[in-house]
Amino acid sequence: MLSYTIKRVLSVVPILLLVSVFVFLLLRLTPGDPAAIIAGDQATPEQLERIREAMGLNQPILTQYLSWVGGIMRGDFGTSLISNVPVLDLVSQRVMPSVSLAVLTMLITVLLAIPMGVIAAWKHRTWADYLVMSFSVLGFSVPVFLVGYVLLLIFSVKLGWFPPQGYRPLSGGLMPFLDRAILPALTLASIYIALIARMTRAAMLDVLNEDYIRTARAKGVGERRLLFVHALKNAAVPIATIIGAGFALLISGVVVTETIFNIPGIGRLTVDAVLARDYPVIQALILLTAGLYVFVNLLIDLSYPLFDPRIRY
Amino acid sequence: MNQSLKLSLKRGFFASVLAMAAGGALAETTVTAVMHSDLRVLDPIITTAHITRDHGYMIYDVLIAEDENAKIKPQMAEFTASDDGLTYTFTLRDGLMFHDGTPVTAEDVVASLKRWGARDSGGQMIMDVTAGIEAKDDKTVVWTLCAPFGPFLETVGKQSAVPPFIMPKRIADTPADTAISEHIGSGPFKFVPAEFQPGVGVTYEKFAEYVPRSEPSSAYAGGKVVNVDKVRWVTMSDSQTAVNALQSGDIDIIESMPVDLIPLLEGDDTVTVEQRASTGFQTMGRMNFKHPPFDNPKIRQAAIMAMSQEPVLAALTGSPEYYKTCGAIFGCGTRLESAAGTETLTAAGNPEGAKALLQEAGYDNTPVVLMQPTDGPTLKAQPVVAAQQLRAAGFNVDMQPMDWQTLVTRRASMDAPQAGGWNIFFTNWQISEIANPIGNVMVNGRGDQAWFGWPDDPTIEDLRKEFIDASTPEAQKAAADKIQAHALEFGTYIPLGEYNFPQARRVVVTDMPPTPIPVFWGIKKAEE
Repeated sequence: MLSYTIKRVLSVVPILLLVSVFVFLLLRLTPGDPAAIIAGDQATPEQLERIREAMGLNQPILTQYLSWVGGIMRGDFGTSLISNVPVLDLVSQRVMPSVSLAVLTMLITVLLAIPMGVIAAWKHRTWADYLVMSFSVLGFSVPVFLVGYVLLLIFSVKLGWFPPQGYRPLSGGLMPFLDRAILPALTLASIYIALIARMTRAAMLDVLNEDYIRTARAKGVGERRLLFVHALKNAAVPIATIIGAGFALLISGVVVTETIFNIPGIGRLTVDAVLARDYPVIQALILLTAGLYVFVNLLIDLSYPLFDPRIRY
Repeated sequence: MNQSLKLSLKRGFFASVLAMAAGGALAETTVTAVMHSDLRVLDPIITTAHITRDHGYMIYDVLIAEDENAKIKPQMAEFTASDDGLTYTFTLRDGLMFHDGTPVTAEDVVASLKRWGARDSGGQMIMDVTAGIEAKDDKTVVWTLCAPFGPFLETVGKQSAVPPFIMPKRIADTPADTAISEHIGSGPFKFVPAEFQPGVGVTYEKFAEYVPRSEPSSAYAGGKVVNVDKVRWVTMSDSQTAVNALQSGDIDIIESMPVDLIPLLEGDDTVTVEQRASTGFQTMGRMNFKHPPFDNPKIRQAAIMAMSQEPVLAALTGSPEYYKTCGAIFGCGTRLESAAGTETLTAAGNPEGAKALLQEAGYDNTPVVLMQPTDGPTLKAQPVVAAQQLRAAGFNVDMQPMDWQTLVTRRASMDAPQAGGWNIFFTNWQISEIANPIGNVMVNGRGDQAWFGWPDDPTIEDLRKEFIDASTPEAQKAAADKIQAHALEFGTYIPLGEYNFPQARRVVVTDMPPTPIPVFWGIKKAEE
């Protein structure tokens, strides 16, 4: 297991190197000029050129790339071209809202979706199954922004139970955090509940047809134990994979929900940086996201033996 | 228990929790605003971005400033001018102090003016005739010119886009093309670095040591008395979210309210929608003088003749309440307003006349590459309507959608349209930025040194010189009238009318100065 883990961690290096080259070139080949954002509408071409020069944007691409990579080796991801704030400061300001929202969303998702999927499989082709599957289709089909606005309209505007926007860190207390985070988490959870309930149902249906389940039933194992211990454990590998991938996606790309509920997360930072062609910020975010995906996938892979002892590394 | 009581109890509970967490800071008054844009660039000299200028007004002060009648008044300094118009003396008033506790000196002023003069278009014109700016003593600055510059005080005291904000010398010594990294002014509010999150928000604290002038506040002049403890600008990229937040009391002001969302606020007596200032923005089109077909003056005239402001403005704002047709290149309601040459623009256009002109000019159906930004709420409608008007007059329009960032990069290209250049684009200006031939960069006719489009127009340069040399307001107006007539004939640019989005605010926030640029001194906030 240790050697497997080390091998997987080391494999991150060439992946990140490739990502860095790809992102760097892609950004430089995309039209756009951060100097123009800084200079504003009245700047003359001559003034723009001087600002580009001062920002080092006129240097050869290879020089710019080596200087950026050299900085990363020293732990320096550079400074935002637009706001002059160190990139790591910008990212660290935005990580916690995204992570805490992702954790809450996943908590809601797992608590609701797995029992829903298990029940749907258990009561296959009954009204309970159809109900869960109908919800699942709805969750997939309704755009997330619409879910967000409907929740806002009902629970914030009409009932006034929750504030319509904003974020309070967990460090300020659980209740203020939940007060602001529950609606966006429910919004995001809608699609993940649909996805994971469906996945759980499919995996459980496969397992419930296995011989050992029939044997367990014949030996008199109770239904609850049969479903949640014997069957679910064996169906857990694909479910864990989906949960892990969903968690990484939640941290890195929930722009719409962050925008609707005004949450200062990584998704909005990424979009803002792209619109402003803030190269160091975009590059750092993509590298960190790539690293996050690799790390989460590693954790998922390492978790498989917990569910299925036949898997060994 | 009824719903509103439940809500009150819940809000009260959370308010108490938050107040306890904040160490009982309930007495603190904070005004929270969603501004027209997100603050990212903090250097108000390097950029002409409006939001950075607004930030400048929060934390910096200016030597002289415009009052509500557009008269230049002392602000940080009293001023005198010599009879020959060659020497201006500024004397700093007592009690001026930077946010780091150091006094404001004449050396700081000199360094700040020099940095501004290297960057601002009007400042550069003054610097061209400047013999020297010197600190005579700690409080006196003497600015000597080698030739009179008629609108000198108006340019140094201008409100936008780059006013000469005064900074400590060590900061102002930063080259004008490099952004400053320390944000210390002597204005009525202090910048709070720890609470600055680009894309999220920025906080300003009342500067307790600020000494306001004794006169009543009048636009950007007079006493800047601060009545709140903090002002916070928060970013909300979704307008609906901002409206919800305003109604719930999370925020107090939406500076630029989308017209289509105004009905949501009707019937809510905790919120009011208003026009804060009488002047707003001019929207305009700019043609590229370097490449066919707009290198031909007759074809430029045909383009102007093809257009009508009304449909453009209607598409931009969505309601006649918030726009007006206006052909004056220096803005309507300004002292240099003139309508010469804009009869077709402010009426229904003249597509038939434009067709005839195109024929006379020998237009060969060369495509007009029209850049259309798709991501700016105030920029995406005009190109679509204008393209249709140009097509109706016989132009072969190639409308190319792109994001604003691509547009601002591409408009800097002098290449032919087929090789990555362009023929026409549209943008907007605050009226105060284009209100005279010094600030209005579009009437610069210095060819490759001019603003994008690069008109090489010695006539307009002579007329601008005439404006600068004019020693009376009447003579300045006469020169400006000539510029207006010439610009519309030459096709310098296409004024497409004026608009002004309203502001929405909670009624507990009062006494906001009615200035085109949002300033936060004077504001009061009552308890809810």
